[in-house]
Amino acid sequence: MEDTIAAIVTSSSIASVGIIRVSGKKTFEIIEKIFVPINKINKIEQQKMRYGHIVYNKEVIDEVLVSYFISPISFTRENVCEINCHGGTVILNKILDIVLQNGARMAEPGEFSKRAFLNGRIDLTQAEAVIDVINAKTEKSLNQAQKQLNGGLKNKIGEIEAVVLDILSDIEANIDYPEYDVEEVSNNKLISNLDIINNKLIKLEKSFDKGKILKEGINIVIIGKPNVGKSSILNALLGEERAIVTNVKGTTRDTIEEYINIKGIPVKIVDTAGIRESNDIVEKIGIEKSMQAFNIADVILAVFDASKELDEEDRNILCKLDNKKTIILLNKVDLDKKININELNNKDYLYISVKENIGIDELEDRIFNVANLDNVAGDNDVILVNIRHKNIVSKSIKQLTDIYEDINKKTPIDIISIKIMEILNLLGEITGKTVTDEVISKIFSKFCLGK
Amino acid sequence: MKYEAEEYDVAVIGAGHAGCEAALACARMGLKTVIFSISLECIANMPCNPNIGGTSKGHLVREIDALGGEIGKNADRSMLQSRMLNTSKGPAVYSLRVQSDRKKYHQDMKHVLELENNLDVKQAQIVDIEVIDDKVTAVVTQIGATYKTKAVILATGTYLMGRIYIGDVNYESGPDGVFPAKQLSDNLKRIGVELRRFKTGTPARVNKRSIDFSKMEEQFGDDEIIPFSFENKSYEKEQEKCYLTYTNEKTHQIIKDNIHRSPLYSGVIKGIGPRYCPSIEDKVMRFADKERHQIFIEPMGENTEEMYIQGMSSSLPEEVQIKIYHSISGLEHCEIMRPAYAIEYDCIDSTVLYPTLEHKKIPGLYFAGQINGSSGYEEAAAQGIIAGINAALKIKGREPLILDRSEAYIGVLVDDLVTKGTNEPYRMMTSRAEYRLLLRQDNADIRLTEKGHEIGLISDERYNQFINKKNNIEKEILRLKAYNVKPSEKVQEFLKKYNSSILDSGIKMSELLKRTEINYKILGEIDENRLELPRDVCEEVEIEIKYEGYIKIQKDQVDKFKHLEKKLMPKDIDYTKIKGISLEARQKLNNLKPVSLGQASRISGVSPSDIAVLLIYLEQYKGKKNNG
Repeated sequence: MEDTIAAIVTSSSIASVGIIRVSGKKTFEIIEKIFVPINKINKIEQQKMRYGHIVYNKEVIDEVLVSYFISPISFTRENVCEINCHGGTVILNKILDIVLQNGARMAEPGEFSKRAFLNGRIDLTQAEAVIDVINAKTEKSLNQAQKQLNGGLKNKIGEIEAVVLDILSDIEANIDYPEYDVEEVSNNKLISNLDIINNKLIKLEKSFDKGKILKEGINIVIIGKPNVGKSSILNALLGEERAIVTNVKGTTRDTIEEYINIKGIPVKIVDTAGIRESNDIVEKIGIEKSMQAFNIADVILAVFDASKELDEEDRNILCKLDNKKTIILLNKVDLDKKININELNNKDYLYISVKENIGIDELEDRIFNVANLDNVAGDNDVILVNIRHKNIVSKSIKQLTDIYEDINKKTPIDIISIKIMEILNLLGEITGKTVTDEVISKIFSKFCLGK
Repeated sequence: MKYEAEEYDVAVIGAGHAGCEAALACARMGLKTVIFSISLECIANMPCNPNIGGTSKGHLVREIDALGGEIGKNADRSMLQSRMLNTSKGPAVYSLRVQSDRKKYHQDMKHVLELENNLDVKQAQIVDIEVIDDKVTAVVTQIGATYKTKAVILATGTYLMGRIYIGDVNYESGPDGVFPAKQLSDNLKRIGVELRRFKTGTPARVNKRSIDFSKMEEQFGDDEIIPFSFENKSYEKEQEKCYLTYTNEKTHQIIKDNIHRSPLYSGVIKGIGPRYCPSIEDKVMRFADKERHQIFIEPMGENTEEMYIQGMSSSLPEEVQIKIYHSISGLEHCEIMRPAYAIEYDCIDSTVLYPTLEHKKIPGLYFAGQINGSSGYEEAAAQGIIAGINAALKIKGREPLILDRSEAYIGVLVDDLVTKGTNEPYRMMTSRAEYRLLLRQDNADIRLTEKGHEIGLISDERYNQFINKKNNIEKEILRLKAYNVKPSEKVQEFLKKYNSSILDSGIKMSELLKRTEINYKILGEIDENRLELPRDVCEEVEIEIKYEGYIKIQKDQVDKFKHLEKKLMPKDIDYTKIKGISLEARQKLNNLKPVSLGQASRISGVSPSDIAVLLIYLEQYKGKKNNG
């Protein structure tokens, strides 16, 4: 831990400002070598920002703000500086390179968090949350990760643990004082307490779907026969010309994936090659890919040409929509409407015109509603975002199912308590109370431990 | 005047339940041993309840027996009533308990000590322990006899600076009117042993002839007497009765009116008492909404009319005690022969000990029983045998015997004492054992006989019998697992008879046994190849098959536990230098110097987060070692 480490901590995408973090014993020494503050007074103050220039070989590289954190009041509990410089890969890399040349080494992924953990700044669940923060795609998922960082999940698990402990202490009192008239644990009391646990766990387990949406977004697939305007709709949602749009059928030969952000929730939109019979080998591959995307989609946008009557190909597509959440888009309403609404099997539909920008805003709302995102976005409850946590919760629910069965079979209470205890052990793996090195190595595999 | 007396390998100070086991273990392992008691009339005395066993304590007795100890055999010899408790709650917590003839228990144990080769029994008060170059060298009696010795086992019980409290009266005393040990305390402090005060208490004894039993519930022993010792077979004996009565509002009112006269409440007693075995005034004051408390009346012996009033321990003045006792149904006219009292005594903080019960800073000095802050005869005996065995093994230059938490209640007990320590008299409880389905009283021999044999406390003969039993169990389990039961008319009739669902197709006999309503015994009705097997073998077979799934869960838990136990902490580790762990944890770890990461995780004040840091620290430490 003697090394001083540095890395670009802002995302690599194009932004106007970027940050390079330096942490370790030699931090201030390195900064002094490369940073010339406007205010020449050579004084380092806690949590102060200084304005100046990064100068390398007597050449001014960038105009920057440097914030100082003196050990132990910093994220890693070491001396830390953060250089706020102009964004863009070139300038960030250049400054990082200068820092490295002056005595720092490149930080491993997650190494700042690892140091924060090893220096006692954060505990294991928080460390895990840091990883989630790093991987968060949108603000909503970042919020969730931060909630966990603040202990939200830990509290939730704590509530459940308290009930489990309650049950166990009742059982133990019965066992340790067999002759005393301690109230016998009745099955009714036991079951009602188990129900409380079960409900809480199931709620948590369900929240994972939300968590997954927050983290990974929902999948939307646009389908429709060629040249009904699928790619135009994608572009309209993206607000930029990304997919190639022509009048030639089958232009989109591959599926195109793009992310948009609807009210803070990531939405992955897949524009497909169109679904139809084709002899063109290249197009065939595209169609196959479209079908795969279709199968895993959360919401389908089915596009039809409102200026034409439905044909055989359209009807084939309609048939496929039966078990899917679908929004039917009747495009090209700027032309004469010829489509027969009665043929749409009572499905939800929306008239739009990409060309005239009709109905695009409403489309976003519709997607939000159909995908039930309201539920996801509005809930203030703790949400499971981490797959490891989800697996533990599912295991605990499975354990509970076994326990109910055992009670039915009139298994002795002491034997049942073993499984109840196991729930406590399992939940402890989320909060870090049950320390097993598997868990730790699983978490820190993302921190590249052991180098 | 001091004089040079004999020389021994081991000197045991105190001949209570800890001292007796310690001395017998050393002597039986071939060491020249001496045991001292202030009064030989107090060897293996039961100054409190006249019973052995009970929840988790019965487990300890069985384990001590499996290691080659004496408590189980002695309890069988002096049994007045025998019961298996908790039989409705699952096999892990079945608990054997006997009422004992107190006098006979003492006499028999004394006789066993006297008959033991290599063991001298002496009436003397030890006042000093000589330590030269940080090593124990001798013990000195009050008269001045100096006995050279290689190891000392301290098992002083409640004698060390003992002080008895009865209401406003208090005086220096050991239990039961025996005088206390006084000078030893100061000399222990001089050699670096820190002492603190604990307290315990005992109820009154009353004359049986003055009790009206017609107002009480009778409690009988079990029809089938199951012995504690694995060496003994089931036997028959006329059993004594116990009785149950209750306190009432009047009792509670007398206590409330006089509570200011209890030295516990007025603050005169500074020692900390046991929460698990509270005095009657504690119960009434702490559980104010409880309308009544149970009181058990238990016999003290065959040749005495004294009865023990369990649940009525008290430190209130004698005249208040009389009123309290007389308020209870059936005790209205009882004659108190010995009043209830509280006793305060010196003991140590047991975290200064290794799991061998040897003092970390004074090699050769071992501690066992109440001096370590425990309570209970069985807890004492368990520590006694562990201290004795380890003192002997060390002198012989052999590896120590340390039982871990997954092997025995004894392991849980010792680990709790030396790792967590205790702030009140420590009582064993089943809930303290994480892996209790594996640590049953029925399989204590399977868990520990091997070890007892290896250290030399179990004879070859007993060992061979044990191996035979083990083979029988394994063979029978295999047979039942291979045995196909066909849905014949006889089988279906059998199942209907026991309200069990009938078969659609063939099933293994072992699967049938897993049904809650079916047991091994009744399966005999459809088992065509059933062998005549002893009761204990059948019991084992039944439990192992019936609870196979749960046993597997616990074995998996043990595997996880062992994983951390196997991660040994380097001896040269300086915890103050590890930044990631809390300040409190650093200090505790440095003081305790845990053997393994597992032990570290059980130290109070060391959080899971600290352990996570240590885990990573260990990885890096290993890395450094390998690289450099």
